[in-house]
Amino acid sequence: MEAPISLRNGEQFVAELKDCAKLLVEKLQNNNFEEASTLIHNMYEVRDRHIFNSVGQLTRALHSAIVNFHVDSAVHAHQPGEAPSEISDATDRLQFVIRMTQEAAEKTMDRVEAAAPIAMNLGREATILRKEWEKMRRREINISEFGDLYERVGDFLLQMNEGADLLSENLQAIILEQGFQDLTGQVLRKVIGLVTDVECELVNLMRIACQVEKITGISHEVAEADGNVKKTDAEGPQIHAAKRDDVVSGQDDVDDLLSSLGF
Amino acid sequence: MKILIVDDFSTMRRIIKNLLRDLGFTNTHEADDGVTALPMLRSGDFAFLVTDWNMPGMTGINLLKEVRADPKLASLPVLMVTAEAKRDQIIEAAQAGVNGYVVKPFTAQVLKEKIDKIFERVGG
Repeated sequence: MEAPISLRNGEQFVAELKDCAKLLVEKLQNNNFEEASTLIHNMYEVRDRHIFNSVGQLTRALHSAIVNFHVDSAVHAHQPGEAPSEISDATDRLQFVIRMTQEAAEKTMDRVEAAAPIAMNLGREATILRKEWEKMRRREINISEFGDLYERVGDFLLQMNEGADLLSENLQAIILEQGFQDLTGQVLRKVIGLVTDVECELVNLMRIACQVEKITGISHEVAEADGNVKKTDAEGPQIHAAKRDDVVSGQDDVDDLLSSLGF
Repeated sequence: MKILIVDDFSTMRRIIKNLLRDLGFTNTHEADDGVTALPMLRSGDFAFLVTDWNMPGMTGINLLKEVRADPKLASLPVLMVTAEAKRDQIIEAAQAGVNGYVVKPFTAQVLKEKIDKIFERVGG
């Protein structure tokens, strides 16, 4: 896009510079110092003009790249009715993912906490009843105990009925709650798409900046790889644990490492 | 026994709380990072600390270092439960004096094992 223009300008610049240089040598050899000095002045001008053009191009490229980055000129100052940029939209989307996963986890745990005591009580009652039942089968109970057991089994069947309904209702709700995976997955996929776009634009911009630097002769030291990143800074969950040597692949690895340290 | 659970995600605090309850530990308290945890530890009589690593404010590793540097808390058993899985990090935690290290995601079995081991060692 912009690159051929920069290159053309660069070639033109070098051609002008060569012409001037040739003339300058001629003037100097003829001891024509006044004209030589004018020529040097012209060379400066050519160079300045070239740098000016290049900066102009870089500015234009920067502007179009920023537009393509989907970034707001003022992130925090939205005009009402104006659609948010895609970047701040993506931030909202990611916040949404956090909120949604949190809600799903909470609701799931609510359901489990509601269901667990039901199952536990039913189990406890069943254990007691089974013992009584066995006694009855061995004919070790009298008639009044039989009456109690009769009542108790009736109650238990009712509890069982209600409990089973509650349990399946909770289980059903847990299943439904897993829908968050689908919804957050879709949102994440959109954000990944945006990140990929932005990365492309960034590479494009770097390429343009690189060309302008080359033509104008601006040189700068290559920035050292960020030395501030400590080896033990927190990174969160490892996405490619299997591909990295410096990362453990599970609890067994952690235990091995710790025991090698004398733990 | 009074236990402090430190994690910036309330879901994870709740999971750990539930697992601890199943293991018979019912007196659990919560903090969402080292900055809030440290004063609680200093003023309360906590017998055990379970902490995440990656938290805003004060990270778990810095909390661990603060705990070890405090004469009153220096011998408090600390279990790290974290998604941080780099060897250098585990070594740093060990050197800082962690008593156990569990990587997320973990199972109830692993958590129980590590806690049992810590109390076995501290008790013995």
